[in-house]
Amino acid sequence: MSLSPTILLTIALAPLIGALIAGLLRNQIGRLGASSAAIAGVALSCALSFQVLYQLVWGGAETFNQNIYTWFQVGDFSTHIGFLIDRLTALMMAVVTFVSLMVHIYTLGYMADDEGFSRFFSYIALFTFSMLMLVMANNFLQLFIGWELVGLVSYLLIGFWFKKPSAIFANLKAFMVNRVGDFGFILGIAGVLFFFHTLDYASVFAHTDALSGKTLELFSGHAWSAATVICLCLFVGAMGKSAQVPLHVWLPDSMEGPTPISALIHAATMVTAGIFMVARMSPLFELSETALSTVLVIGATTAFFTGLIGIVQNDIKRVVAYSTLSQLGYMTVALGVSAYSVGIFHLMTHAFFKALLFLGAGSVIMAMHHEQDMRYMGGLRRYMPITYFTMWAGTLALVGMPGFAGFFSKDAIIEAVHESSRWGSGYAYACVLLGVFVTALYSFRLLYLTFHGKERFVVEHGAHGHGDHGHHPEPGHLAHPPQESPWVVTVPLILLAIPSVLIGWYTVGPLLHGDFFGAAIRVAAGGHEAAQEFTGALAMVVEGFAAPPFWFAFAGFAVATYVYLFNPALADRAKQALHPVWNLLDHKYWVDELYQLVFMRGGVALGRGLWKGGDVGVIDNILIDGTSAGVGRIAATVRWVQTGYLYTYAFAMILGLVALLGGLWWVVRT
Amino acid sequence: MITLAHYIVLGAVLFCIAVAGIFINRKNIIVLLMAIELMLLSVNMNFVAFSRYLGDVSGQVFVFFILTVAAAESAIGLAILVVLFRNRATINVGEIDSMKG
Amino acid sequence: MSVDLILFYVFSVILALAALGVIGVRNSVHAALLLVLCFFTTAALWLLMQAEFLAIALVLVYVGAVMVLFLFVVMMLDINTEQVREGFIRYLPVGIGVAAVMLVEMLLLIGLKGMAFTAPVDPAGSSNTAWLGMALYTRFLLPFEVAALILTVAVIAAVMLTLRKRAGTRYQNPSQQVAVKARDRVRIVKMPSAAKPEATP
Repeated sequence: MSLSPTILLTIALAPLIGALIAGLLRNQIGRLGASSAAIAGVALSCALSFQVLYQLVWGGAETFNQNIYTWFQVGDFSTHIGFLIDRLTALMMAVVTFVSLMVHIYTLGYMADDEGFSRFFSYIALFTFSMLMLVMANNFLQLFIGWELVGLVSYLLIGFWFKKPSAIFANLKAFMVNRVGDFGFILGIAGVLFFFHTLDYASVFAHTDALSGKTLELFSGHAWSAATVICLCLFVGAMGKSAQVPLHVWLPDSMEGPTPISALIHAATMVTAGIFMVARMSPLFELSETALSTVLVIGATTAFFTGLIGIVQNDIKRVVAYSTLSQLGYMTVALGVSAYSVGIFHLMTHAFFKALLFLGAGSVIMAMHHEQDMRYMGGLRRYMPITYFTMWAGTLALVGMPGFAGFFSKDAIIEAVHESSRWGSGYAYACVLLGVFVTALYSFRLLYLTFHGKERFVVEHGAHGHGDHGHHPEPGHLAHPPQESPWVVTVPLILLAIPSVLIGWYTVGPLLHGDFFGAAIRVAAGGHEAAQEFTGALAMVVEGFAAPPFWFAFAGFAVATYVYLFNPALADRAKQALHPVWNLLDHKYWVDELYQLVFMRGGVALGRGLWKGGDVGVIDNILIDGTSAGVGRIAATVRWVQTGYLYTYAFAMILGLVALLGGLWWVVRT
Repeated sequence: MITLAHYIVLGAVLFCIAVAGIFINRKNIIVLLMAIELMLLSVNMNFVAFSRYLGDVSGQVFVFFILTVAAAESAIGLAILVVLFRNRATINVGEIDSMKG
Repeated sequence: MSVDLILFYVFSVILALAALGVIGVRNSVHAALLLVLCFFTTAALWLLMQAEFLAIALVLVYVGAVMVLFLFVVMMLDINTEQVREGFIRYLPVGIGVAAVMLVEMLLLIGLKGMAFTAPVDPAGSSNTAWLGMALYTRFLLPFEVAALILTVAVIAAVMLTLRKRAGTRYQNPSQQVAVKARDRVRIVKMPSAAKPEATP
């Protein structure tokens, strides 16, 4: 049994059609029509994706790898649009379309009174299409197209409220930082093309031995292993998209966009594209120990240090954003120790609970009339019980409470790092263990500040009318008491909470210890995948209570509970006592300032230099004006030859004749 | 016995006299025109001589055409001269320098 | 030394002297007359070469037409001789120098190629005029016609250049005369007829 190309095409194109209808015809069909079109497209795609997943896993369907359309042909190199559908792809498709569908429904409520409602639906449906193109690709070029498309949609959505200067700044920043990554990525693709003469996944991965022993001399005299160079270039792309240190700076700022897209793009799906890509390229990455060590170290650094920043943030969305960065670091660490399937597993569980946390945060923000600062919240559990309980479920999944989804995946990552003997794994193990503590600390801090404790907001009846979101003259003053969000918001929360709690139980066995991914992920001999003994999910949970990660998480929980629930004053005192550290974290290690100083100022200075020196100085003054001035000057000199007197010309002619005759004589003489 | 060289040397002498004439009469445009006529005459002399000594009629045909063109040239040149004199009241080449660069 | 050669030298000397006179005399009228002498002697030399048609044509065209034109122009224009001969002496050495260099170069070239043609080639049969005419009206027919056109253009150009409309002169415009219409000439005016004289009783 094999998959039908028609169904796959429908999966990819249905969201695109929805996006086009919602985007181009939004004035004709109205808000309801636009949202219905987009939701219908994504829902169809989601249903078919689950069918494909079902067929692949239980229906015994074979891996689908086929070119659908030849894009262009140059010499003996041709580029196709095609699909490679194996279990890895199918899992990604299911996650992407499911989370996307949830976000679509949630958006109905969240964006209900935004004037860009239809445009928003068009964008997120387009995003779904782009992401599907990315994951379903069967060659590097299509992957790159999807990669750039999601980047574009991300840019459009971060700057969705394009009248807000900070949003414009953030979307530009995201775009710029992603360009850095994309540059590395396309260099990597070029390297693949150079060595394999094809961009097709199957042909490349079948001939990985073509790369062994090959070297590249990037700087004369230093031969680099070709595999290392290609993998590092590709990973630079992944660093940009998946926001790894030092290209992480755009992700927190992307929270300027509406909350649904923070959930969809900047937490659940797009940022995991880098993880997916590295997992997909596992046959290449396995060739280079150096590249994997780099991946490992960068992932570990991201996991721990960005988590620390989350502790001091006050913006509810930013806390979740830094948590996302940290979790992406975990996934990267998993890739770095060759535990690709573990990384993908964490990707999947994380997609559910992080989307849940973001949507929950969005729900809170709606209730607080678009106030995002946690210092003005508190005690909300009485007003919005559904959000409260789903947020608890998401948080427990995030911190790795045994039994919840995040536990299985995160525990597996830590275990894999512990067992790895790759260079840098000791540092990574320390980072991920401490990261667990940090994760618990900021997650519970968020919960306590938001839902527990005293109400730190004031309800002013009739102070100002409805619909003036974001224009608080004084922060923490609300027109109405907070209330539970409408069903279009809470239903997705509940639907996401279910997998956040349960999905680990069912998938940990096949994903980690079965041969779920088959040939999609290849690990060199001696890698991690020759897993340890697995005695079932229940045993893992029981063991989990005794393992170090749980104790670290519990420590984080305990500290957070003590400081933020029972003794809030301690938080301020700790802040005073640890002021240098707090300051460092509050400024995000001054990375933004550094980039601002070096790259932005440097870029501006370079541009100004090129403008003043290169363009105005060389091109304008010397080449253009200089040419005309030079012509003028030469002409001014030469024009004295043109006396205007007849005899001068006659004289010149005759002299020429004399010279000609002399020359002729000179020639004829011999 | 007259040889071809006789005529060609005569043509050369005539041409050089004309060149010298252009040099020393640099201000008098009428004598300049006459010197040009002399040059044409020397060229014609060569044509006729070669035609005679090679037995080829083309040389004489060319002389015919040169006479035609030279006559036309003199006519137009003198007409221009007349107009020039009418406008500037001089034929001094030294004063005709409006084409000066 | 044959008669031919003596004649050649005589004419050559006259030609050279006349040419020197053309460029050297003070009076432009004299120069023109000396140029006429040049043309005459050249015609004589061409007769020596049995180029009778061209010799006669030279006399007719140049002496009869072009030189008369020169003389007319020279006499019509009031030429300030002093001003025009300014710098004559100053440039004499340069002129002679350049002319001498050029003469030496030409003689060198002539001597180098060793003009081996000592005997003239007589054209087969008929007279020089017939010989030239045959060539002109067969091989060179198109250039001949073009030459005719050039002469016509030269005539029109010379006339147009010197044509001047003087104020106060009366002249006819033939094209206007041809293109005239009846209503330009006759104007019909309707007038009431004169009142009848009343009969007196």
